[in-house]
Amino acid sequence: MDPVFLSGQLFTGLSVASLLLLTALGLALSFGLMRVINMAHGEFLMIGGYLTFIAAKVAGPGFLWLAFPLAFVGTALLGALLEAAVIRRLYGRPLDTLLATWGISLILQQAARQIFGSTGVPVTAPDWLNGAVTVHGGALDGLTFPYVRLFVIVLAALVLGGMWLLLSRSRFGMHVRAVNQNREMAAALGVNTRQLDLLVFSLGAGIAGIAGVGLALLSPVNPAVGSAYIVNAFLVVVVGGVGSVLGAGAAALLLGFTTALAEGLTSSSLAQAIMLILVVAFLQWKPRGLIPTRSRALEDA
Amino acid sequence: MNHQTNRRARHLSLLLTLGLFGSASAQGTVKVGVLHSLTGTMSISEITVANAAQLAVDEINAGGGVMGKKIEVVKEDGASDWPTFATKAEKLLTQDKVATVFGGWTSASRKAMLPVFEKNKGLLFYPVQFEGNECSPNIIYTGAQPNQQALPALEWAMSKGYKNIFLLGSDYVYPRTANLILKKHITDMKGKLAGEEYVALGGTEFSSVINKIKAAKPDVIINTLNGDSNVSFFKQYQAAGYSAKTLPVISFSIAEQEAQSIGPALLTGQYATWNYFQSLPNAANKKFVAAYQKKYGANAAITDPMAHAYMDVYLWKAAVEKAKSFDPAAVRKAIVGISVDSPLGKITVDANGSLTQTVYTGMSGAGGQFKVIGQSKGVVAPQPYDALAFPGKTCP
Repeated sequence: MDPVFLSGQLFTGLSVASLLLLTALGLALSFGLMRVINMAHGEFLMIGGYLTFIAAKVAGPGFLWLAFPLAFVGTALLGALLEAAVIRRLYGRPLDTLLATWGISLILQQAARQIFGSTGVPVTAPDWLNGAVTVHGGALDGLTFPYVRLFVIVLAALVLGGMWLLLSRSRFGMHVRAVNQNREMAAALGVNTRQLDLLVFSLGAGIAGIAGVGLALLSPVNPAVGSAYIVNAFLVVVVGGVGSVLGAGAAALLLGFTTALAEGLTSSSLAQAIMLILVVAFLQWKPRGLIPTRSRALEDA
Repeated sequence: MNHQTNRRARHLSLLLTLGLFGSASAQGTVKVGVLHSLTGTMSISEITVANAAQLAVDEINAGGGVMGKKIEVVKEDGASDWPTFATKAEKLLTQDKVATVFGGWTSASRKAMLPVFEKNKGLLFYPVQFEGNECSPNIIYTGAQPNQQALPALEWAMSKGYKNIFLLGSDYVYPRTANLILKKHITDMKGKLAGEEYVALGGTEFSSVINKIKAAKPDVIINTLNGDSNVSFFKQYQAAGYSAKTLPVISFSIAEQEAQSIGPALLTGQYATWNYFQSLPNAANKKFVAAYQKKYGANAAITDPMAHAYMDVYLWKAAVEKAKSFDPAAVRKAIVGISVDSPLGKITVDANGSLTQTVYTGMSGAGGQFKVIGQSKGVVAPQPYDALAFPGKTCP
């Protein structure tokens, strides 16, 4: 393989991985901690995209500074609302959460269709993100790194780092880990698990909102966009190991590079099938994922 | 009273002989089906096509209907799911007993509906450009055949000196077949195939594809991506540093509406070929655009499949009036040779059930409108089977 093409594909792998990670992190959080199979997670991404569109309308070309807080707070509030209204009643019944959140995702899609129209809305990256770093001379002459892609990679790294710090270094994170390992024991020791569930679910939704901003720069913003990402997000969570944030990061990298390699060697449409087959094979070998969380509560689940 | 019984008797005999649309004509109305994806990934394109058909029905009803009968629309949702299209078509034909159906967008939906229309001897007006290689007496194919969109686009590209061509499409029947035909003609015209790549329908990740394009160094890309994938492709294409100036793209499934949702800035200077653009200056089109925007919003974009769907209802009306019957077989026979002045300009129905129509090349500008920069010499007769790709095959 041509070195420029090969390096291009490596960069593609990293870029795909960061998108996967952004879309999957919030899901990993709610699925891992609360056993909620959130089929509406993709719609949080969609809402993040629409909020980006609104931010662009309000703030003009430099809209990103507004888009991030708006998308994070907007989707987090919606997440809190859903948790309190629906999901709270379904804890311990993963299949019911699947059905209920699927219904919610359909309602949210239709709502978007009513409000913004089925065609989708245009969001274009601000001018300072247009362009690319190009390598001149040497074996890699002509290799380019688009600013938008670099931006999304940095964004994913920041979100992953922030999540890791939050979960491993803060009191809130300690509570989250405690509940993850043994909900009853944590509750008995004074952790307000109800409140924690609400916070974690909102946080997951908010991260999806942030992912939605990143995706709006590279993908369509329309009512159906969530469903395009939800399957891959679940793949990352399952391959990474349920409930593991670092596992999600590792899985996103693994899947991203596998996809880019398969796309480079074969074709884009075949690569998807190859990735699915590899995931199935991988789960046969390591059914608990890359970085499994060990706890008695999970063994029982 | 006597007149009424007489009419009843006539209808009864009609019902007995044809057994198809008795209930449709019983109340002084005639039922027609409009079957499009009102939900799902294709709804982005199909809702407005259904709207355009509805507009034509409303106009015809306001003018007194067809043969004294008001048209009653039975609207069904194909939900972007091909088996659903077949089920709904069956329901429209056997349960609602509609006189005809206007509908379909993807070739997959048409292929799913085809056996239903053949079995029930129904009639489908299909408004979208497609890959040809199919010819059913139960379908009126009003969108472009390959020789009315894909091949003129290729000829135009070659004439501009774009000889090294990259084919990019969604992975399903239309792009695969259209590209098969294009490849034969690229070889035939002494051009060069730089590469060929397919992305799953609805795919959103184009990094690898753009890397491959970069490595292949083509002069031009011929794009048969469908639906939302175009938005991802053009966003990522621009991010990778490409534009119409550095590497032009000729698209077959991007019209005014898609341009709006992609963001016109990303498409500036890119090309599309169709039989219709909203900017066509003819009087029938100005009237159509004004009527549509009055009903569906002043900023509504209007596309080739919408113009075809709108005209299809008028074509059907003309054929019914010529046949003096709503019977699908009689309408199919009568429609051959009918010629109307439509928003697309002058079109005529060929014996094979497709249209003789003009081909336009447009360049995308501000606001998502296309400026016509080239057109075929006169109208082009439809050829469902490409002579190079499918030698010896003809319509029955």
